[in-house]
Amino acid sequence: MARTMAEKVWEEHVVRRADGEPDLLYIDLHLVHEVTSPQAFEGLRLAGRPVRRPDLTIATEDHNVPTMDLLAPIADPVSRKQVETLRKNCSDFGVRLHPMGDIDQGVVHVVGPQLGLTQPGMTVVCGDSHTSTHGAFGALAFGIGTSQVEHVLATQTLTMAPFKTMSVTVDGSLKPGVSAKDIILAVIAKIGTGGGQGYVIEYRGEAIEALSMEARMTVCNMSIEAGARAGMIAPDQTTFDYIEGRPHAPKGADFDAAVEHWKSLRTDEGAEFDAEVVLNADELSPFVTWGTNPGQGVSLDSEVPDPASYEDPSARAAAEKALAYMDLKAGTPMREVRVDTVFLGSCTNGRIEDLRTAAEIIRGRKVADGVRMLVVPGSMRVKEQANEEGLGRIFEEAGAEWREAGCSMCLGMNPDQLKPGERSASTSNRNFEGRQGRGGRTHLVSPQVAAATAVRGTLSSPADLVAQ
Amino acid sequence: MEKFDVHTGRAVPLRASNVDTDQIIPAVYLKRVSRTGFEDGLFAEWRKSDPDFVLNRPEYQGASVLVAGPDFGTGSSREHAVWALQDYGFKTVLSSRFADIFRGNSLKGGLLTVLLPQEVIDRLWEAVEADPATEVTVDLVDREVRAPGVREPFELDDYTRWRLLEGLDDIALTLRHTDDIASFEETRKPWMPVTL
Repeated sequence: MARTMAEKVWEEHVVRRADGEPDLLYIDLHLVHEVTSPQAFEGLRLAGRPVRRPDLTIATEDHNVPTMDLLAPIADPVSRKQVETLRKNCSDFGVRLHPMGDIDQGVVHVVGPQLGLTQPGMTVVCGDSHTSTHGAFGALAFGIGTSQVEHVLATQTLTMAPFKTMSVTVDGSLKPGVSAKDIILAVIAKIGTGGGQGYVIEYRGEAIEALSMEARMTVCNMSIEAGARAGMIAPDQTTFDYIEGRPHAPKGADFDAAVEHWKSLRTDEGAEFDAEVVLNADELSPFVTWGTNPGQGVSLDSEVPDPASYEDPSARAAAEKALAYMDLKAGTPMREVRVDTVFLGSCTNGRIEDLRTAAEIIRGRKVADGVRMLVVPGSMRVKEQANEEGLGRIFEEAGAEWREAGCSMCLGMNPDQLKPGERSASTSNRNFEGRQGRGGRTHLVSPQVAAATAVRGTLSSPADLVAQ
Repeated sequence: MEKFDVHTGRAVPLRASNVDTDQIIPAVYLKRVSRTGFEDGLFAEWRKSDPDFVLNRPEYQGASVLVAGPDFGTGSSREHAVWALQDYGFKTVLSSRFADIFRGNSLKGGLLTVLLPQEVIDRLWEAVEADPATEVTVDLVDREVRAPGVREPFELDDYTRWRLLEGLDDIALTLRHTDDIASFEETRKPWMPVTL
């Protein structure tokens, strides 16, 4: 029977199947960070259990870490304790850790692919919902809670409830200035924050195939914002070229054998999905959010919507609440919304291509008066590469702050936060109330829009700069 | 894990959709390394900034059933959201739609999340708002929710129900199958990556 890619990867990992029980799946790679792991390691300790496969586990410090003054101790004692706890746990249980100061320290979902650890057909988990990022390689990758982190540490497996499959086909090609971020924001606005619930999404079609590996990661990253379990993209030559030569990639004959296998993972001709969604890339324009969930987004060319235009009373109430929190009036053109802060970074858009794109726009220009721009590379290796390419200097000359690697203002667990009432244009993934700092207001945007907005001070696209 | 069979308690009506886990417990409360004591973080922003927020109202003190709007628990995978609800005293959450990761976390940890049609949630809201002393019963044995004027079956797969009724820890269950795991490991492709 014709099968989808997600079904194939699932089947290849079934350790045990029994009537009336969920399948027990093998986990090929477990990524660990300081926030969702301490209680899991503590559970192992209390039960006297070891980590079954330290060689399939890797840790880094990202959520809490400061992005400046790395040589000073972490100022917040609670953050410091959590980072120190991770270091002790990794040392006690024999898990490799990339700590602050290490060239491979950074946002966990940037580090895995960069090391070549994320490969097609694998099962990848992490105590972080944006694990869906790794699906860009044709891996089945999903976020888990701390109990499951402990389960994977102890057994290298997970029991998983069955999923449904959804295809999201993006035909056509993107116009200049429109990016992978705009594709996924448009998908979420179309199907809603619960639209993907229970599904593994496979992104396909001409516009997806044309994306670079890093752009594919941006798309899969935000599958969770549509409520999906995971997002996947079929591996192809773009994938193989990206992996080849990375530190943990197979070498020589092994690489050829791996590619043969990876090619077999594609969804079979005639396989059926439980749900199908179609978008046309030609119709997309830069997308921005206006509300407090990622589904509340519109084209930058459009206005803040009127809550009265929603038929569903719960959506209407949510829109009213969001506009009050965001201090926005219905009908205001999105281009007139002024920001105090621009954040470029995160597991969604903190990779080298994102930095290149933004630097290209900002080169020779200045960050607008009264606007603070934070540029936070996804990993220290990304930072090193950006410096080699002269991108760091471009940001600094424009007046932006060029920081060290981490999750930073995406969720404000470190000192990088919005103050109450401040408004950001952010390349991250969540515009929830208070996400970037208590009382802070977030507009999700692409790196292109972030860079143009930094220059103009109001939500803008690169085309607005040319016109200036 | 504590067993769950039948629970009866007063309920809190949370009339909001898309309550994400950043609202259930803001990130600043996630820095702890302990497993308990997260009750102060539960809905911390709303409790602090809105005196009228349901959990601040005296008539809902001591309630143990949360009746929430659709798409409850979206966003971050933080299991702290489940812990905060439990530490505060909630035994069960009722909604017409839960985010996947939150639902998984809750059922692993013994917080029973019950899916009900929105129309039933609406009736429960009305009943509880009309009389905050109204008691709601969530019966896992018979898979049924009962309240004055409400008698509604709910679905939960047999395996999860059994695990919750018995209060069984998933890891101990899986470790019964260590031989299956070891045999599977023999078949893994030799070129697959290792981290050490």
